[in-house]
Amino acid sequence: MRVNFTVNGRKQEADDVWEGESLLYVLRERMGLPGSKNACEQGECGSCTVRLDDVPVCSCLVAAGQAEGREVVTVEGLADFAKQRAGQSGCASGACGGTTVDAAKRWQAKPQSADGQTGEQVELAPIQQAFIDAGAVQCGFCTPGLLVAADELLERNGSPSDADIREALSGNLCRCTGYEKILDAVRLAAARGENSAAGQGA
Amino acid sequence: MGVTRTPTDLTQGGRTGAGIGASTLRPDGTLKVTGEFAYSSDMWHEDMLWGFTLRSTTAHAEIRSIDTSEALATSGVYAVLTYDDLPTDVKNYGLEIQDTPVLAHGKVRHHGEPVAIVAADHPETARRAAAKIKIDYAELPVVTDEASATAEGAPLVHEMRDDHHAGHVPHPNIVHRQPIVRGNADEAAKRADVIVSGEYVFGMQDQAFLGPESGLAVPADDGGVDLYVATQWLHSDLRQIAPVLGLPEDKVRMTLSGVGGAFGGREDLSMQIHACLLALRTGKPVKIVYNRFESFFGHVHRHPAKLWYEHGATRDGKLTHLKCRIVLDGGAYASASPAVVGNASSLAVGPYVVDDVDIEAIALYSNNPPCGAMRGFGAVQACFAYEAQMDKVAKELGLDPVEFRQLNAMEEGTIMPTGQPVESPAPVAELLRRIKAMPLPPEQQWLAAGERADVRALPGGLSNTTHGEGVVRGVGYAVGIKNVGFSEGFDDYSTARVRMEVVGGEPVATVHTAMAEVGQGGVTVHAQIARTELGVQQVTIQPADTRVGSAGSTSASRQTYMTGGAVKNTCEAVREKVLEIGRGKFGTYHPAWATAELLLENGKVVTDGGEVLADLADVLEGGAVDLELEFRHKPTEAFDLRTGQGNGHVQYSFAAHRAVVEVDTELGLVKVVELAVAQDVGKALNPLSVVGQIQGGTTQGLGVAVMEEIIVDPKTAKVRNPSFTDYLIPTILDTPTIPVDVLELADEAAPYGLRGIGEAPTLSSTPAVLAAIRNATGLELNKTPVRPEHLTGT
Repeated sequence: MRVNFTVNGRKQEADDVWEGESLLYVLRERMGLPGSKNACEQGECGSCTVRLDDVPVCSCLVAAGQAEGREVVTVEGLADFAKQRAGQSGCASGACGGTTVDAAKRWQAKPQSADGQTGEQVELAPIQQAFIDAGAVQCGFCTPGLLVAADELLERNGSPSDADIREALSGNLCRCTGYEKILDAVRLAAARGENSAAGQGA
Repeated sequence: MGVTRTPTDLTQGGRTGAGIGASTLRPDGTLKVTGEFAYSSDMWHEDMLWGFTLRSTTAHAEIRSIDTSEALATSGVYAVLTYDDLPTDVKNYGLEIQDTPVLAHGKVRHHGEPVAIVAADHPETARRAAAKIKIDYAELPVVTDEASATAEGAPLVHEMRDDHHAGHVPHPNIVHRQPIVRGNADEAAKRADVIVSGEYVFGMQDQAFLGPESGLAVPADDGGVDLYVATQWLHSDLRQIAPVLGLPEDKVRMTLSGVGGAFGGREDLSMQIHACLLALRTGKPVKIVYNRFESFFGHVHRHPAKLWYEHGATRDGKLTHLKCRIVLDGGAYASASPAVVGNASSLAVGPYVVDDVDIEAIALYSNNPPCGAMRGFGAVQACFAYEAQMDKVAKELGLDPVEFRQLNAMEEGTIMPTGQPVESPAPVAELLRRIKAMPLPPEQQWLAAGERADVRALPGGLSNTTHGEGVVRGVGYAVGIKNVGFSEGFDDYSTARVRMEVVGGEPVATVHTAMAEVGQGGVTVHAQIARTELGVQQVTIQPADTRVGSAGSTSASRQTYMTGGAVKNTCEAVREKVLEIGRGKFGTYHPAWATAELLLENGKVVTDGGEVLADLADVLEGGAVDLELEFRHKPTEAFDLRTGQGNGHVQYSFAAHRAVVEVDTELGLVKVVELAVAQDVGKALNPLSVVGQIQGGTTQGLGVAVMEEIIVDPKTAKVRNPSFTDYLIPTILDTPTIPVDVLELADEAAPYGLRGIGEAPTLSSTPAVLAAIRNATGLELNKTPVRPEHLTGT
């Protein structure tokens, strides 16, 4: 079958999709977006978390056909997603008052750069920068899913308590860090969001 | 999709001062947070096929026949291979003993053993084709524990053993046996005022790295193969892969792809040979990616163990002796079992002074899943038992458990049970002092946010099972000792190639090693070392591959010591070479060239007083200095097979934990509230990464304490819980605050004085949690993991 949906603001189409293929498989293997990770294939680990019409989902549990005509945001589009949000609400981290579903859907990502490999001069979402700065990345396999989930948390709740962070990220397994630095990263992004919001008088 | 995805260089600039000791950020951090980092499962090639492995559905059986015809006839299938298709006489592999068949030959010895491999144009096609392979199994009786392994007439897991341990073991179903005998434990026991014994059971743990086994094999025009894979030791893989393929090692070119965690689970081969065989057979690139279910069968686990311990002590609190016996279940294939036995026996006494010991450790061959390397191996199981014993002895003597440990703590100069003196700081008592001095979390911490209980901070969490009723707090302590580096006479070395040149007026260093970056941050530290030693800001880390000499394994807490040491060593040689060129060109211009200690700083040759002697651009004039050198730690010795005596270890690593738990005694639910750690790291090359390692290791120990266990059916030896639904690892809700106190007492023999740190925190975390639960409940609890039924007696 053929499926059409929007990924990171760009229309995408995949042909010859077998009915049993997941959204994760189509993203990774047919659309050249391997950022979302496959670590359990049964919705337990959260490594494949993407936003589907703004809602965080385990893309391994979504049949590709279910995404037909819908909007998907993956880790590859997170920086542009945050930038777009900042343009509309003055709040890149998302941690300054929330974004409506409509606003989230309206954003358009710029085309993917051909080489993201050097890691130089890449514009990052605040949560991405916070993960690097706080030492929340070790092997990094859980990172894409955690970023999507943490970004969505901060969009809903600009100053989450530790218990709020733990609850929101409890569907994302990490085996390297012991989670302490992931908590640090979310606290850091929230604090930076509050600071920038205060600076803008928001 | 167009381009092939493969690993790339990592280039990182850095401020002056971004050398060792600074918390510089990961050079691969940006790639990892943008989704661009190329993990082994992300490898992609035009026209690639997907490989799939068919595994045994039974633990021990004769294979009477295999029929692949229907699978081969499936549309989209390019190859189906079994044992009969292996191209050379080398059909087995293994880390130390080559006892593991590439594909089963006439017999399977454990549940999930690879029997056939399939390549097809879609992963689902490969899976469905594999399901059409017909195998006729004739079941055999299973060996599942020591009793069934050594019973008269027990089936032999491996007949006709001829490995180098076969001659000294008491039974062919015992892989290796190591006694450690020193002093006279029987005589010393007569001096004891109290004697305390116990039997302890440690469950089978899984590494549960998040990135399942995967890789891509690309056949090359020269008849060789390029293999992109996630592993812990490229050259060890290469040594095992090439003979099976019938290729010289230089025709199997391996490149490390992004590794999604390892923790010992990638020391053994998994899909490497299978992907190469399929690629060479089909002439097409072949990618194999295990799913989580298969991953549970695709790598070895931590050895489950039974441990019998007896300690004696005098009334004034001094240990008199130790007798112990440790039985580790190695499962169907040897993997790292001999080394696990060596660690368990030589560290069985823990970080304590005991002059009279009688220790024995063995590893079994059985039909259970193969067990091998996992973080802290051998030492983890022993620590669980000796720390439970320390609490029991202290209680018997009416002493404070921490003070009792401090009374018996080893220190620099202590002679180990192997006869080896401890030649660098061993601050065991100090770590315990620090951990005890840390402030405790407030009582009834679930009320911290206000008047109403936050159920998320209580046992049972969001299940809302209690608001504090029936909840009891307990506090427990533990400390452990882990050896760093490869022990027992192994020629342990690493290799680093470093190139220094001036590009566009700026000095740059390029570091090339075969070190497996598995998340630990070796690449971060290599860049820091190059900055410190060569005075550059910009460092490029090349992908790890087999074009450069071996780095040894990312195991045994050894990589910062060994490959960090190799990078330092080569940088020093590069600096000397640069200075030699400088002396040749400018030596006559300034007397300091001959007399002062010279350094490289910001692209200049300077004296240790800071005077600039020359610009590097003028010294090198467009040329480069490029060296590749090996680095070794001091040699070690094998342990005597009868007495266990020998200078077997390189260095030790110490950590201590204090656990605070709250237990819902009615439902048997445990909430770990805090796990505080103190660890001596010698020198923290990157403090941020050091703390991250300590917290991560601590959490894996927590998992074993209260939730993690691979459950193997004792009748059939089949694995019952191969999924993240049934094998639980700690989530962010299960993991407490982990305050870390880092001590830096230099080991003068090590690069920068550093101590390998990765494993020690995994040791003492588990017994500290157990001690805290015992403290809360008054129960014995001699088994990991502690489950609700152990607490409620139901």
